[in-house]
Amino acid sequence: MSGSVGIVSAQRATFEEPLHFSCGKVLPRYELVYETYGTLNADKSNSILVCHALSGHHHVAGSYADDAKNIGWWDNMIGPGKPIDTNKFFVIGLNNLGGCHGSTGPSSIDPVTGKPYGSDFPMVTVEDWVHSQARLADLLGIQRFAAIIGGSLGGMQAMQWAVTYPDRVRNVLAIATAPHLTTENIAFNDVARNAILTDPDFHGGDFYQHGVIPTRGLRLARMLGHITYLSDDAMAGKFGRGLRSGEYKYGYDIEFEVESYLRYQGDKFAAYFDANTYLLMTKALDYFDPAQHTEHNLARAFANVQANYLVVSFSSDWRFSPDRSREIVKALLHNKRNVSYAEITSQHGHDSFLMQDEQYFAVMRNYLERVAEELP
Amino acid sequence: MNTSIIEARPDFAAIAQWIPPGSSVLDLGCGDGSLLRYLRETREVRGYGVEINDKKIATCIANGVNVIQNDLDSGLADFEDQSFDFVILSQTLQATRHTEALMKEIVRVGREGIISFPNFGYWKNRLQIFNGHMPVSKQLPYQWYDTPNVHLCTLKDFELLCEHLGIRILGRHVMNEHGDVNLLPNLFGNVAAYRFKREA
Repeated sequence: MSGSVGIVSAQRATFEEPLHFSCGKVLPRYELVYETYGTLNADKSNSILVCHALSGHHHVAGSYADDAKNIGWWDNMIGPGKPIDTNKFFVIGLNNLGGCHGSTGPSSIDPVTGKPYGSDFPMVTVEDWVHSQARLADLLGIQRFAAIIGGSLGGMQAMQWAVTYPDRVRNVLAIATAPHLTTENIAFNDVARNAILTDPDFHGGDFYQHGVIPTRGLRLARMLGHITYLSDDAMAGKFGRGLRSGEYKYGYDIEFEVESYLRYQGDKFAAYFDANTYLLMTKALDYFDPAQHTEHNLARAFANVQANYLVVSFSSDWRFSPDRSREIVKALLHNKRNVSYAEITSQHGHDSFLMQDEQYFAVMRNYLERVAEELP
Repeated sequence: MNTSIIEARPDFAAIAQWIPPGSSVLDLGCGDGSLLRYLRETREVRGYGVEINDKKIATCIANGVNVIQNDLDSGLADFEDQSFDFVILSQTLQATRHTEALMKEIVRVGREGIISFPNFGYWKNRLQIFNGHMPVSKQLPYQWYDTPNVHLCTLKDFELLCEHLGIRILGRHVMNEHGDVNLLPNLFGNVAAYRFKREA
């Protein structure tokens, strides 16, 4: 039977060695918050790193003693007897640099100025994250991960690991992701960013000192994002043309159910997420392109990859479509890497990777059972 | 396990004998990955399967077989020219829609192709048609109204298609439930395996 990892608590690691970012900036010291589930085996070979997507964080599974309702964002996937089985694996989730859930980010206090970093926080790339994650692995004594797993932006990190540290990852599980964003995706991100950047409460990123939050911009960014993470069918199925009061009111208040939903999601998000983090995460998505140094040849970018791959896509995901996953598969085939590819039939769009689905979970479970069997 | 696979699928043995150890293999319509697993265990073959069925994809992964989920009728665009020693299509040809296009793809991607299929010209099939019915047998277990088999052929038909496509046949192995068939194979064989390549 499968269950929960139960009560968990976050840990904090401090790194005093300066981190040089792709953009040229340097953080002299930084902190990462992380959680772990399961037990690290004697030779430290059974660890799995879970990389989060745009709005994710280190609380991946379980709940907190003082906040039982705060359940990890991938709790359906991770736990004893679940596909990422904590009876077999030592699972690590962290909040990425630039995040707003405890790791050093734009809302953290810059020790040099005594004020939040705000607009001074370095623009962060997927490569930067991978370097920072490798230092966390060093700290935990993990030389090589059994698997690195991520969906969407998290999948990009998992792929980057296999490129940057080929001897430190045995398996990559790249889910609902892409070798780089499409033009349309960058365009969506730019609209979201513009919503934030043009909010009068944004103050060029230094809104903390003004005691305000660019709530309107963040809310709009989230509403737009939310639409694109779903599919037309999923939205139609969930809301249709349903009206809250059953009739037209000929006004701009909430009338259609979908409006109610989007505004609620936008408000909820704007209440806890940091606007600067949102900007940084979308730029990291835009910049990711492992083939940028190989004349846009992904196969060559993957030439040094040693990891075995599981690539998973979802049929209704139009932001990270199955075709984008096939590009990853093709580059791996060119390099004669072990790779399996599953295209899951799902109507939930990009969000499918967070949903429970029989076929999706069977594929994940079966793959990871092999990973567990093949541990050294 | 290996022997039971070979008993269940005699064409696997015929296919395997053509594949030298250490070859690279692409198995189209690989099912649960049994053939690839057999080839890996007996011949250290490095391979990938292509399969469309969800359950079989999950089983391949459980079997540790590399599998790519794809519809064969949409072609082999993910695979580069001459990138495999062998491209195998076992007992699937008859269920492909764009059969001619797929044959061309097989010899594009593989240095050699290997195909096995049920022989529609088998005498028991002919007898059933003579008696006024579409054949139903162990090799063709479907009724005409629920069959996935849309492109059935005889040995002669297949060889004509190869000639038409400029494909040279390098070997043929014809079988029935009693073993190998050498006498009147188009009449007495119920399954055939062919090995072929594109004319230079």
